[in-house]
Amino acid sequence: MAYVALADRGQVLSHPKSFITKYIWSQDHKVIAIQYSLIAVAVGVVALILSLGMRLQLGFPDTLSIIDPSEYMQFVTMHGMIMVIYLLTALFLGGFGNYLIPLMIGARDMVFPYMNMLSVWVYLVSVIILMASFFVPGGPTGAGWTLYPPQAILFGTPGASWGIILMLVSLAVFIVAFTMGGLNYVTTVLQARTRGMTMMRMPLTVWGIFTATILGLLAFPALLVSAIMMLFDRLLGTSFFMPAIVSMGELSETGGGSPILFQHLFWFFGHPEVYIVALPAFGIVSDLLSVHARKNIFGYRMMVWAIVGIGGLSFVVWAHHMYVSGMNPYFGFFFATTTLIIAVPTAIKVYNWVLTLWQGDIHLTVPMLFAIGFIFTFIHGGLTGIFLGNVVVDLPLSDTYFVVAHFHMVMGVSPILVIFGAIYHWFPKVTGRMFNDTLGKFHFWLTFLGTYSIYLPMHYLGFLGVPRRYYAFEGIDFIPESAMTLNSGITVAAIFVAVTQILFFINMFWSTFRGPKADPNPWNATSLEWFTPQTPPIHGNWGPELPQVYRWAYEYSAPGADKDFTPQTDPPTDAEIAAR
Amino acid sequence: MITIIIFIFVSVGISYWWLLRQRVLEKPWLVTGTDTDTREDIGRTPPAARTGLIVFLAVVTSVFSLFISAYFMRMELNDWRPVDEPGLLWFNTLLLIMGSLSIHWCSRAAEDLNVKTVKITLLATGLFTGGFILGQLIAWQQLNEAGYGLRSNPASAFFYLFTGLHGLHLLGGLWVWSKTSIRVLAGAELEQIQLSVELCRNYWHYLLVVWIVLFALLLST
Amino acid sequence: MLVAIVLILLVVGSVAFHFLSPWWFTPLASNWGAIDDTISITFWVTGAVFIAINLFMAYAIIRYRNRGDNSQPAKYEPENMKLEVWLTVLTAIGVAAMLAPGLYVWNEFVNVPEEAWEFEAVGEQWRWTFRLPGKDDKLGTSDPTFVNIDNPLGVNPNDPNGQDDLIITSNIVHIPIDKPVKVLLRSKDVLHDFAVAQFRVKMDLVPGLVSYLWFTPTRVGTYEILCEELCGLAHFTMRGRVVVDDQEDFEAWRDSQMTFAESQQIAPGDPVAGQSLYAVCAACHGANGEGNVALNSPKLSGQADWYIHRQISYFKQGIRGAHEDDVYGKQMAPMVAVLADDAAIRNVSAYIKTLPEHPVDYSVTGDIDRGRKLYVTCGTCHGLNGQGNYALNSPRLSGQEDWYLKRQLHNFRQGIRGKHPHDLFGQQMVSMSRMLRNEKDVNDVLAYINTLSIEPLTNQIADASL
Repeated sequence: MAYVALADRGQVLSHPKSFITKYIWSQDHKVIAIQYSLIAVAVGVVALILSLGMRLQLGFPDTLSIIDPSEYMQFVTMHGMIMVIYLLTALFLGGFGNYLIPLMIGARDMVFPYMNMLSVWVYLVSVIILMASFFVPGGPTGAGWTLYPPQAILFGTPGASWGIILMLVSLAVFIVAFTMGGLNYVTTVLQARTRGMTMMRMPLTVWGIFTATILGLLAFPALLVSAIMMLFDRLLGTSFFMPAIVSMGELSETGGGSPILFQHLFWFFGHPEVYIVALPAFGIVSDLLSVHARKNIFGYRMMVWAIVGIGGLSFVVWAHHMYVSGMNPYFGFFFATTTLIIAVPTAIKVYNWVLTLWQGDIHLTVPMLFAIGFIFTFIHGGLTGIFLGNVVVDLPLSDTYFVVAHFHMVMGVSPILVIFGAIYHWFPKVTGRMFNDTLGKFHFWLTFLGTYSIYLPMHYLGFLGVPRRYYAFEGIDFIPESAMTLNSGITVAAIFVAVTQILFFINMFWSTFRGPKADPNPWNATSLEWFTPQTPPIHGNWGPELPQVYRWAYEYSAPGADKDFTPQTDPPTDAEIAAR
Repeated sequence: MITIIIFIFVSVGISYWWLLRQRVLEKPWLVTGTDTDTREDIGRTPPAARTGLIVFLAVVTSVFSLFISAYFMRMELNDWRPVDEPGLLWFNTLLLIMGSLSIHWCSRAAEDLNVKTVKITLLATGLFTGGFILGQLIAWQQLNEAGYGLRSNPASAFFYLFTGLHGLHLLGGLWVWSKTSIRVLAGAELEQIQLSVELCRNYWHYLLVVWIVLFALLLST
Repeated sequence: MLVAIVLILLVVGSVAFHFLSPWWFTPLASNWGAIDDTISITFWVTGAVFIAINLFMAYAIIRYRNRGDNSQPAKYEPENMKLEVWLTVLTAIGVAAMLAPGLYVWNEFVNVPEEAWEFEAVGEQWRWTFRLPGKDDKLGTSDPTFVNIDNPLGVNPNDPNGQDDLIITSNIVHIPIDKPVKVLLRSKDVLHDFAVAQFRVKMDLVPGLVSYLWFTPTRVGTYEILCEELCGLAHFTMRGRVVVDDQEDFEAWRDSQMTFAESQQIAPGDPVAGQSLYAVCAACHGANGEGNVALNSPKLSGQADWYIHRQISYFKQGIRGAHEDDVYGKQMAPMVAVLADDAAIRNVSAYIKTLPEHPVDYSVTGDIDRGRKLYVTCGTCHGLNGQGNYALNSPRLSGQEDWYLKRQLHNFRQGIRGKHPHDLFGQQMVSMSRMLRNEKDVNDVLAYINTLSIEPLTNQIADASL
């Protein structure tokens, strides 16, 4: 039967002719994914270097530090914003989303390839605007990544003249880029699934990215709205967020505005943003565990429901970032309750990951090691989240290093471990070559143990009450000298982890060009992306006909099967037909 | 934040309802073959652009819901002085309704392959919409002269913000409209532009509804 | 296999770290033992979960790892709804066990006991000030439009309730032990946060509204107030202290504070009366306050009167010039004895303000461009033209002799100046001066300051009379 899938009708792919259209102005989702990833990783390295500047100041304030208080605040701000938005969001959705969605659901490309191409270039523009703020008078903004007014736009904060404007403009441009990409990811999943690829046959990676994209499409507008209103306040003198204040001895011309209004808008974006990063990581790690444990993901349905449930709940927990913001304290009851409710589906996901290992056939490959590392750090970060979500426990801990340690564990280390695991996992498909296993294992051990030794002790600084966003702690009686020694130790660990990332880059670079040729499906996985006719897949992904999907993506070690995996493209066996 | 919460509840509700129709309760490992994928048989897959526009309009609705939420929250503070909206806005509203009607007519004509009507109604849509935007600019000027400058009060600042944002969305629509118009004038087959006209129609209707909501909000407060 | 062993070691190590760690909550000094109890409950529940899941995972890896011979295929088990539902229910119970006490204690925090007394903590960049109710136990109203140099807290001068309010312009406040207190929190400019680690509670200060927290101090002592909401460049130097006294000491302290009405009646300094007092000063500082490097006397002319007043007062109270390594400060300290009282200090400060400005000779050389970059941080408080700012307690720098600035920077960096517990703003400068890490940094920034205009001050704030 010559079958043309609906998704294949009316789709005209512009096949590249020259180098420029093939690699620069490419409309191929795979090239765009790599472009997204390279930009994100490059800007992420900048943010990593900024964090080392901060760590040197905190660990060795009088000897090795190279920054002054203004630069410290600027580094804090840029580090946070880059890591959360320009690295994690862009890499998970623009990078992995772009590469994996069409391949995993059996599409030839995104449904709007031209808009997809625009997305990555607009993203680059937003990054350039952001980086430009390092070179303007006054430097980048030092308002903290939350950009709270009034201080974000007042003279007492570094970068209040130019830096904050560029930051807000860059965010607005990023949101435009994200929306163009996001429309693609969502519509592609809705429209372009190949025949047989029902929603419940999609790998959890696609579920995670799909749900996260919907969250992003609905939540990023909150950041856009607050950025626009703050730009009005900064440039046109309106008073959306600006109350009447006496700043540095002078009465402002503004009046009546509400800084808390900004915080509500910001966190209405900011909390879903956590899940915009987390849900793709959840999805990807589920697939890594299943493939390398040679076992179906345990409780697939529950996993899907949990992803979707967490996505919905994530919109009604935002004010747990604002327990001590001076908002009506009665809100605390509601938001503490919703926050702890969201812990339940999250916990179920953790149980199911561990239960996937149980009675599995665990291959301790490099991606698997990263996935196991993720479970460990995510359990740790998730549990400390319960401290901060429970409103009264948050009172002593909020604005201390406990918060810093918590969100780095849950939003820094955990997603990064997944990203590394995912890169190693799909590297053979993307490049057609294998990475160096030994280097990969070294990279895992040094990163995993190094990051844990950064962030575990940091929680205890928080218990002690050491405040975050402090340039120096001199003269605070309750902070003993030993805490400063601990800070030095943390700094050493941080430098160590940063340096070991060179192993990763060496491995990637060398293996891309010199690694041994990879098998098209080296991990014996079942999902569609491993069954492209070419490795790496060419533009259009599939041969003359789209693949057809006959089963779910987790058919590992099925009883009666001759192999320990049954690809999604394998038609039903006689036994299966008989069993219906 | 009530407005945006309601919007999110509705969106999440629709998503969950849709997911239930995708049989998210079934056990996928018990189901093999392609028979259960019924999308093609009952033609449940519309053109991608139509779905894409719906998703985009959900994003835009989120933006406006958030602005309206911010409006309500800011309104509760004690420096709020209501704006005396210019009467011209009623006339502008009429223009926008006319624009919406004519693009609707145009879409029907495109389906009937009536080239002449398509050309006339397309032109009318552009004129009405351009008139609306011009009218809004004049309303800005009137308001400014009446002492409701951008800085004078948050209520007037919101007025400029709302109308400006809505106008920008219309300008975006006009850009697509102009591309479609050029193709029609260049003699494109009507079958090829049916989808564009249809999407313009949906977009115009949507922006009309947004404007009516905003206008009602501005008038009532 | 290795990874499983490491996971077990990490669990053991984390538990060991917890028990061996010297870093833990500061000893409680308020009634909020209930918060500590809630934390303990949370800690034990989450700790048990942490240990259990990770050890289970480690065991699963050891038991079900592929040993290279594929002898042990994985079990095909798509789901086990019964198990998952059980786990869900157990998790929900565990979560409820943590949430319920949390909400209960939060309810106590939200509802202030009726017998609580109130005082106000006001934040601004980058200091704390306080206001206590007077005999009427009521605080007067306030508004930013009333703020001026004589009324730093913006108390409404027409409100009878505010007249007897005690205005504490020091960043140290005293409170009585064992009495519940509701702290009203108000900000003049940006967000701040009132946090005292030993009391456990904290809350943001938001311009435009009054937030609150409450506690009952239970231990006599001095506790640091830290600002814990990022409030700009000098956030980390925004410190205050709350002293918990027994009732007697508290009352003695309170009775020595100035009421709002009294603060409005202080006579401005009289330059004519100050002229005769200045004769003693002139011997070293010069008849026109031009300073004398040979006698190590800085230039006084052009400096703001509020700053001169504060420094003379500090010398007089032994806050400045008391450090054993402050050689020249120790020379100055006895000299101020000739100024009998606060009025005399005001008068002489007022006279110094009338002295004509004149150029000085500079001796420091350095890299001006580099100094300009370093100065960005300094300029946030001292003004981009080095003009100083009363509101930030920052003296004028422009037109000052560089040898003097250099010595003071050295003293700040070494903790010779500014470390006295009652030097309210000196500690800020100690912390800030550390950003100049070596002699070159100091020379460069001074070289830049030397280029700033020495035009007479026109800044209204700096020029305002005391």
